[in-house]
Amino acid sequence: MIGIQSIYTLAGIYLLWIAWCSLRDARHPRRLGTATFWALLGIAMLIGQWLPDAVMGGGVLALALLAGSGQVRAGSHVAESVDTLQQQRQRHGNRLFLPALIIPLVTVLVALGGNQLRIADVALFDSVLTTQIGFGLACGLAFLAAVGLTRRHPVDALTRSRNLLDAVSWATLLPVLLATLGSVFAAAGVGDAVAALVRPWVDADSRLAVVLAYTLGMAGFTIIMGNAFAAFPVMSLGIALPMLVQGQAANPAIVVAIGMLSGYCGTLLTPMAANFNLVPAALLELRDPYAVIRAQWPTALPLLAANIALMYWLA
Amino acid sequence: MSEAVSLWPLLGVLMVVLGFALRLNPALVVVVSGVATGLIAGMSPTQVLALLGSAFVKNRYLALLILTLPVVSLLEQHGLREQARHLILRLRGATAGRLMLAYLAVRQLLSAIGLHSLGGHPQTVRPLLAPMTEAAAEAQHPGLSDSDRERLRALAASTDNVGLFFGEDIFIAFGGVLLMQSFLADNGIHIEPLQIAVWGIPTAICAFAIHGTRLLAEDRRLQSRQRLGDDA
Repeated sequence: MIGIQSIYTLAGIYLLWIAWCSLRDARHPRRLGTATFWALLGIAMLIGQWLPDAVMGGGVLALALLAGSGQVRAGSHVAESVDTLQQQRQRHGNRLFLPALIIPLVTVLVALGGNQLRIADVALFDSVLTTQIGFGLACGLAFLAAVGLTRRHPVDALTRSRNLLDAVSWATLLPVLLATLGSVFAAAGVGDAVAALVRPWVDADSRLAVVLAYTLGMAGFTIIMGNAFAAFPVMSLGIALPMLVQGQAANPAIVVAIGMLSGYCGTLLTPMAANFNLVPAALLELRDPYAVIRAQWPTALPLLAANIALMYWLA
Repeated sequence: MSEAVSLWPLLGVLMVVLGFALRLNPALVVVVSGVATGLIAGMSPTQVLALLGSAFVKNRYLALLILTLPVVSLLEQHGLREQARHLILRLRGATAGRLMLAYLAVRQLLSAIGLHSLGGHPQTVRPLLAPMTEAAAEAQHPGLSDSDRERLRALAASTDNVGLFFGEDIFIAFGGVLLMQSFLADNGIHIEPLQIAVWGIPTAICAFAIHGTRLLAEDRRLQSRQRLGDDA
């Protein structure tokens, strides 16, 4: 049976290999810090569940400190020449998209039908985190397809992918850390506190009032934080779970999906989301630093209204 | 209120808001706020570390997205970006609005299958979409004003954002979808990511309709502005 641990093992080995390559990169500006960061994450993937919780917690703190103190940087990389890339493009054409397409296709197939696949009465895939198992398997197959298409040595290909890992850097951790923060918030009673603040203002019996409180809360809090992922656990613990899922018997999948997308409408409106709204204004040499937000609000506001209507009727 | 609810844990939320506002490293802000929230709620330092550790181990599948990087990197070394660029350049000849509309559709579809890194402001908007949009508008309405150019460029950037945001949420291995799944699981509601991802589709269609209508309206605006200019 293929379980999630085999996928974690793949990821762990990959990360340890990247850590080793970073360590051997003599021209790396932060060789030790970066190698430690990837090695710690690799160990967490490989054997995280067998470590004592407090030790693992110390590791999380170390990862955050390494990221926060600027110790995780990009190493030295060689880029292909423009000519080589153009030759390669002409040779492969649209076939370059095929390995990438394998990832969503195989993931969806395993997610939908993985539970039925059996070999001699043993389920092929574990029923826990089946989608993630499918995703890991899909990435492996896509990698083999890409290696077959480009006829590159697989180890060489893994080594060279360090440029992309360096580019996403500590941001790979952010969803995990925000989910972790959500768990801590839940344990510490943040949801109850938010609910206590909101309840006097919202008529909990009115479906429309609660939908408005959650969607506008997600958008508003995202405008303040600049990040819908960070707003999500606070608003969902405080409003969505107690008032919509429990209070109104709403469908939780629909509530959270549309709630998150309401947060995205907030992202379109806020200078706090600098990468999306301020950096492009500078990149495009616009005189008005808020020009991108000005171009976005006439889309963001009707879309937020659409989200409110969708949640009200569908959930 | 009849029952006393402690508002102290909200200090943790306030720390996140402040940390982000001060532009400190988000990973550090999130972990430090988590530790502080636990301590404020009366946990011992060891308990807080244990809570962090167990939650991290449980949620670490959210970092599995790195498994796509070897595939994307290998394809990029063999011209994937150039091929995407080639496909966009073939859109040449359309009006400014239709060009951005086609880009919006492609950006949403690629993001929905996990290829969100193919677009972006430095990757495609600055070198491709913005200049092509300006060129298309200039070809049809010679003598564009500076404010028209500025408006078109900003609209091009906004088109990339809308296409990314309202496409990526449909990809089942996307961090946001998995974050929602792990949040629900934490609270005793067990749902497969696919069930969450499909509910991103109605909003994605609305986003395409709303932003697409605005892009086509931009063509008409340029047209009518030129007519006004001709009369003057």
